[in-house]
Parts: sequence; structure tokens; C-alpha cells
Amino acid sequence: MDSTTRTSRRHVAPFRSTVPVLLLALAVSLATPARTQDNIFTGTNSGVAIIRIAVADFKPLNADPQTAAFKQTFDATLYADLASAGNFDIVSKSLMPPGNPGAPAEVVLPSYANAPASAAFVVFGSFGVVNGKLIANGFLFDVKNLQYPQVLAKQYNEAPGDDSARQIAHRFADEIILHLGGGIPGIAETKIYYVKLLGNGIKEIWSMDYDGANQHAITHLGTISISPRISPDNTRLAFASFGKYGSQLKMYSLLLNRYIAFPSGNVSSESPAWSPNGNELAYAAAPNGSFEIWISDSNGNLGRRITSFHGGNVSPSYNPKTGAQIAFISDRTGLPQLYIMNSDGSGVQQMTDVGYASSPSWSPNGQFLAFAWDRKYGPGAPGGQDIYVMEVATKKWAKLTHDGGRCDFPSWSPDGRHIAYANSADGRAEHMRIWTLLVNDVSVRRPLTGPGADMPNWSWK
Amino acid sequence: MDMDRSLNMAPDEPLQSQMDVALAVQEKPMTHTQFFQPKSFLRSSLRSALVLAVALAIVSGCHKNAAPSLSPESTAPTPAPLPPMPTATLTADPLAIDLGQSVVLNWRTTDATNVTIDGIGPVNPNGTQTVSPSASTNFHIVAKGDGGSIESSVRVTVRVPVAPTVPADNTASADMGSEADFHANVQDIYFDYDSYDLRADGQAATVKAASYLVAHPDIRIVIGGYCDDRGSAEYNLALGENRANAAKTALVNAGVAPARIRVVSYGKEKQFCTEESESCWQQNRRAQFSLDQ
Repeated sequence: MDSTTRTSRRHVAPFRSTVPVLLLALAVSLATPARTQDNIFTGTNSGVAIIRIAVADFKPLNADPQTAAFKQTFDATLYADLASAGNFDIVSKSLMPPGNPGAPAEVVLPSYANAPASAAFVVFGSFGVVNGKLIANGFLFDVKNLQYPQVLAKQYNEAPGDDSARQIAHRFADEIILHLGGGIPGIAETKIYYVKLLGNGIKEIWSMDYDGANQHAITHLGTISISPRISPDNTRLAFASFGKYGSQLKMYSLLLNRYIAFPSGNVSSESPAWSPNGNELAYAAAPNGSFEIWISDSNGNLGRRITSFHGGNVSPSYNPKTGAQIAFISDRTGLPQLYIMNSDGSGVQQMTDVGYASSPSWSPNGQFLAFAWDRKYGPGAPGGQDIYVMEVATKKWAKLTHDGGRCDFPSWSPDGRHIAYANSADGRAEHMRIWTLLVNDVSVRRPLTGPGADMPNWSWK
Repeated sequence: MDMDRSLNMAPDEPLQSQMDVALAVQEKPMTHTQFFQPKSFLRSSLRSALVLAVALAIVSGCHKNAAPSLSPESTAPTPAPLPPMPTATLTADPLAIDLGQSVVLNWRTTDATNVTIDGIGPVNPNGTQTVSPSASTNFHIVAKGDGGSIESSVRVTVRVPVAPTVPADNTASADMGSEADFHANVQDIYFDYDSYDLRADGQAATVKAASYLVAHPDIRIVIGGYCDDRGSAEYNLALGENRANAAKTALVNAGVAPARIRVVSYGKEKQFCTEESESCWQQNRRAQFSLDQ
């Protein structure tokens, strides 16, 4: 990598729109050289300002004893979904006007438009268990448009339950985000698959909602299972599991709730990656004593080798926008570094040339690579391993985490606004936990799990 | 062998009795019907294991068919108006089974009003039943009629699998050598940080290991490749594979057939030492040899 890449790293500003914006960003970066916080503009918010929005607690429909508990879950989930989406400025609860409007006739729009709320939009509605059904009526109103304020009106009708309340909130939040977020679907209904560390060295594949709720086991193999990768249509989970022949790929059907055949012979294989059309699987396999990148169809047949460098070639990640490129990790020059190539193996480009790089994840818009990097890796060098983002076209990079310890396995959310990753503050594997951060504002981070969770993989939708 | 063992219900029985029984079973594989005689019971004796009783009855039946075969009651001096003596036969097919298999019991009686089989209860005068005993069993039928009572029995032998006994240390076959010898001669190879090149100590270890393996051509081995817990899990699988293959290549170059060697990488997934120190990391960075079993 050349030196200009390093000196201009403070602000990576790949706005697609205009050169002036880029220059402006560069100017800002030069004007504030002492800033420690890197900011990444991933383009996902281009043309859409941060919107100030008031989220009112929903009005209970009745005094049913179930209503209160479920409504608390619903209100908290909806608020958290919108607050963490990355494109809203949420009106603090203490600045909200009194009362909870349950229907359009009850909402007093100026009370939300005026200070101190000063909101542009208000979310409100009613919620309750009626005749054994969980009913939610949700509204999104434009408080500045007094004549036709209604932007969105939704009714949900589900079997009562805490999980139903949460799922309804996720669906309503995604509707709001789709309308106000520049047309990019929300992620509140997505899942994160990950490795759960159980006792005795056993690791199983688990799943959770994107906000850390609903954590549950997928596999029960009683061995070491790692590197979960969910298919683009959310129906199949590829992962690697240890048996007699070491690590081998396995496939689990989330429709059939059972393992489905995936031929491995007696060859070691690992780190699967789905092509965006779901028809192909890239992975690392070592039939001849050294791991190379291979591609097969999604049933594990018709495997063909893509790389040819003795050593280690692992962790492929497709460009999800085009499906025509693959990022991967190779040690052909010494320590493992980040590379990209075309999916037929041609056009190999080295993206990093110092330290120790691992675990690439290609952003949904195809412009960025997230990866883990220890830039001062070596004996005695106390380099931390952090999450970095690199713009593929320019090889400019920025550091997203400053947590200390070890960060690994970044995985982009499907809206490209968030990255899930694993962090262990003291570097110990058993203390790994899964976090998410907002790429545009990495100060917004939160843990999704407790210790003992690793290798997150965010679903495609 | 099986039959002897399975018939040996009472450990104190004399060997001769067991053999008699075995012999009897062989001679008359299907049916053994005999009137029980009090004398037989007395003679047969000591621990009066039923099996022995039956066996001796059978034996005596084989050799002493001329002996009176009527119950004491029926030997009354005025035989003419007496009701007919009941008869009973009980057979089992097959006579010997493996644990979990089943046996068809088949019985026929005549002139009996009340027929019972031990363990089954009252049964029809003639019938069949499938049973699946969990241990060798004597099935015993009692047929009572106006003319008296008669008994018959059949023994079903159940072969219970016996776990193979583990030979004591150092009794493995000569070609395989002992596990202790193996580990004394074929020792783990340690690697530098992020490297899969054999160091000088690793070269020496593989020379010693190869000479032992060449001398014991029946040994097949697994080489496990391991890494310390720093770095990427997925890349470390490749590093472990390379370490194990470096050891394999050294052995093959020293004359060990490649087909005898299997390579498995565990990457950083199985840590022997979990402290964050160089000495601990060194223990984890290794190619480990074990017998392929």
C-alpha cells in the first residue's frame, strides 16, 4: 500500500455524488488533524438528512392484564429499533408532550412540532389484547403537514405473546424506516447467526434477532461448529464442524429443521460464503494439503479451485452487489493479508500489506470491505486487533473500533449502516461477545450478547 | 464356547454336568420331555439348580428309557379304571439366541385340564407363544389332569455379548509396539510463531519418529496441527493444516509411506494451555502425533 493511503486516512469520504463533497471532506479532515475519531461515510445516507422523530408510547386499547406487559415490550422494541436505525434523531422521552394519542383524532400535532419536542414526524398508535388477539394500530404523521399529516397507517393482528409484540414492533419500525430512510429497507426483522461457546470446548451455531433478543440454538452437534453463513434467502445455514477429518462444511436447512447432505469426502474445508444469488458457495478446502479457495454449487457439487498459492487462502466473501468479486485472506506474502479477485480467480489485488488481516465482509453496496486488522502484529508487539473499513476502489481505510483487546468477524447489516462484530476486551476467547456499531457514527455501539458469543453473521434480509 | 458360558448358571456346578447338558442339547436339539422322578431330584442335588435337574433328567432319559416313567400315584396296584395320564411336550425354536432375539415356544398336551407355564401363567392345552428372554431361561410347563400331573421343560440359551477384555499393557502385537513406546519415540513437534517451517529440534524429532515408524510398519498415525489462540480462527485452520503437513512431509521424506499418515488441522480450536504467555503459546503451536485407531 502506498503512503498516500495512510496519510489521508482520517476521513474516508466516498460520496458517490460529487467531487466537491469529496474535497470538502478532505478539507475538513486536514483542518482537524488531531481528531481521534474516524468517520466513515458509506453513502447509505446520501441525500437523506437525519430526521427528528417523536416516538410516543402506544395507548392501551383496554385494561386486559396481558396488554400492559406486551405493550411494554412493544414500546421498548419500537423505540429501540428507531433509535438504533441510524437515520433518526429521537425526541427524548422527557421532552415529549403529555398524553399518549391512540388514534389520529387524539393527536395534537403542534405539541410535537413545537419546542421542546421540535419533531418532524411523530409515531403513535394503540395496542392491546382484544378477543384473544394482539392488536396494534400504528401511525406515522408528518407534524408539519396539518392538512394531510398521515404518512403511514398500519394494523397488526397476531396471536398474543411477548415474541409477537416484539415482531410487530420490528415490522412497524421497518415500515417507518423504509418510508423515511431513503428507500432502504430497515433491518429490524433481520437475524444474526453466531457461534455460542458452551462448556467443555463445545461450540454450537446459534441465532438471535438483530437486537440480541430471542437467542436460541440451531445446531446440537456436541462438537466444535464455527463460521456460520446464512444463505441470501434465509433458508440454509452453511457452517464448518469438526469431526474425524477435522473441519468440514455442513449445511442446515432452516425450512426442514435438519441437516442436509453436503459432500465433503475426507477433505478439510472451512469458511463458507454464499454468492448473492444463492446458487454458489465459495469456501476454503485443503484436498492437497494446503487451503485454497474453491467454489461449488450450493449443494457442494461441481467444486472448482479458484486460487493456486501454497499456504493458506481462507475466508472468502462475495461482493454482494455484483457477485463477480471475492475478497479473501492469503498468506502468500507472509502474514495473512486481505486480497480481492474476480470470482473466476483472475485479477488478484492485494489490499493490505502490513500487519495481520482477517475475516473480510463485503458491504451490501459493494463499495467497502470490513475486516479485522492487527497492524502491529508480531511477537512482543502489543497491537490490538480492530475492525477496519476499506473503500475497495481507493484502498483508503479507516478504523472503526478502538476497544482494545481483540475484535474480529465484522459482518455488515443488509442496509449497510451497521456492522456486527465480536470483541473480547482481554483477548480471551471465552470473553468474546457480539456488538453492533453504526458505521456512520461509531460512537453508537452496543453489545448484543454476553460473553461466550463469537463469529456473527448478519442475515441478508 | 458360547454355549458353555451361557449354560453355566451355577458357578459351582461341576464341569462334567455342563458338558453333559451341552451334549444333551446337541443330541436332542428340539424336545426334552421326561417325567420327573423324585429319585432324580434327590440324586441331582446339591445346589439343586433347576438347570442341572433338567439336564440330569435329560441325561437319564437318554440312557435309561427302561426306567419306570410314571408318577408315584399312577403306580397304584389297580390301574384299570384310572383316567389317562396327561402328557406334555414343550419345545422352543431356536434353542439358542442372541440377546434381543425372540424364541417361539410350542407346547402340546393331552388329557390335561390345567396347563401352566412358569413365567407365563395359565395357558391353553396346546399353543405357541413368542418370548424374548433377557437371560438364559428354563421354560417349565406343568400339565394337570384327572390322571395326574406332568411336567416338561426346555432351556433357551441367551448369548449375552461380553465386552472384550483389554489386554494388559505392553501386550499389543509386536508390530504395533506399545502406546508408551510410540509416544516416547514419536514426539510432538513445536513451531515458531506464525510459521510452519520445521525448526532444528523439529527435524531431529521427525528423524527419530520416522525410524520408529519404519520399524513398526503396521502403525498408522494422525498428525494434528494446532495453533496458539492469537490470530484469526479461520486462518489458523490453514496454519494448523500446514504445520501438520510439514511434519507429514518430513516423515514421508524419511521413508514413511504417506498412506499411513492422516492429517487433521484443529487451528486454534483446541488449546492445551490457556494462559496468555509465550511458554503457553509455544505448547499450543505444534504438530501432535497419535495412533490412528
